[in-house]
Amino acid sequence: MDTKLSVKTVVAIGIGAALFFVCGRFIAIPSPVPNTSVTIQYGVLAFMAAVFGPIAGALIGLIGHALIDASWGWGIWWSWVIASAVFGGLMGFATRKMPLADGVCGSDELIRFNVTQVICHVICWGAVAPVLDILIYNEPVEKLFVQGLFSGIANAVTTAVIGSLLCVAYAKARPQKGSLEQED
Amino acid sequence: MINIFNYIDRPSPIHRLTGATKLVCLLLWSLASMVTYDTRLLALMPVAAVILFAVSKIRFRDVKAVFWVTFVFMVLNNLMVYLFAPEHGVGIYGTRTVLFTIAGPYTVTAEQLFYHLNLVLKYLAAIPLLLLFVCTTDPSEFAASLNRIGVSYKVAYSVALALRYIPDIQRSYHEISQSQQARGIEMSKKESLVKRLRAAGAILIPLILSSMDRIEVISNAMELRGFGKGKTRTWYRGRRFRAADIVCMAVCALLLAAAILGTVLRGTRYYNPFV
Repeated sequence: MDTKLSVKTVVAIGIGAALFFVCGRFIAIPSPVPNTSVTIQYGVLAFMAAVFGPIAGALIGLIGHALIDASWGWGIWWSWVIASAVFGGLMGFATRKMPLADGVCGSDELIRFNVTQVICHVICWGAVAPVLDILIYNEPVEKLFVQGLFSGIANAVTTAVIGSLLCVAYAKARPQKGSLEQED
Repeated sequence: MINIFNYIDRPSPIHRLTGATKLVCLLLWSLASMVTYDTRLLALMPVAAVILFAVSKIRFRDVKAVFWVTFVFMVLNNLMVYLFAPEHGVGIYGTRTVLFTIAGPYTVTAEQLFYHLNLVLKYLAAIPLLLLFVCTTDPSEFAASLNRIGVSYKVAYSVALALRYIPDIQRSYHEISQSQQARGIEMSKKESLVKRLRAAGAILIPLILSSMDRIEVISNAMELRGFGKGKTRTWYRGRRFRAADIVCMAVCALLLAAAILGTVLRGTRYYNPFV
């Protein structure tokens, strides 16, 4: 694993985790439900995973989420931290062939990105997080699945809006592949 | 700027332990608190944590804000558990001692109350040590500690980068947010949720794109300095283990061993006073 991590990936993990932290901790959008807010870090995570690949995605989720938990002080909720890491990893793996860095992000890519992110959210918040919660904390199953369902839906919606916006904006800012031609 | 990772520099035996020791102890301790539901062990751990706090010279008012946030979270979580499964304790402990009935299915049983006691103790066992770790470990020593306990130094360096750039990104988020608001985007409750999400996008896009440039600049700088060429690296803030470090790690390892051994011997994670 050591040799596979390029310098760029190392930096992307660090900056990505910092972004995930800032988005999750400080950018909360007040929602209609009292005492809950919609956070947008999973849109950022999905986007970073799509650009930098599965290892970066998994580690950004792991480090970013662990830092958020540690800064709130309620203890690191490992089951959800691991679920975030799994989400980043799956997302990065499923979108590893997306040509975002070549400046391509049409409707095909957006559909692929969004279908993938919904499936990954279902796996993580519908299965990974509750099952780990049962193993570690043994809380009632119904409560965990309701919590998982709620955050899964919220995360999927924010990822769809924010993640897609970011993909389009990033692709636009990249030089198109083959945009330079050699003169005769 | 709010200082989130609240490192408090005071001379104390706990501050003198190496970061790696404190990290190992934190991991062993949290694992122990996760594994066991043995009420006696869970009751012992908060007491030990309070003593450690006294030794570390961290005072209650240093961590007061965090403590109350955690307290509210704990109460809410317990309420949720009770609302969803008022008979969860009965299922675990196998007996049913009804104390009184509130309404409908919501009876209060001794088993349920005991289960909630265990949940609360689990929080009280795990959280103080995390707070203690955050308050007594210099963030710059943290990467060296991660590397010491066997995490690849590249990953450890990523963590160090994240800690280093959180304040920077926070600052640029703030600047971008203010300049976008000056241009008229609305983030308050007056707008609909979808509009607010799009407004967040208008702040995020410059933030992310400038961060992408930052990644480029930092990785070029690191590449120029030959990062990642060697198999290992040394750390400016790395320190050697001393006797006190070994003792602390041994004690925490014993604690985890006790938690696992108790679970194996009883054949269940629960200490059951009802049989």
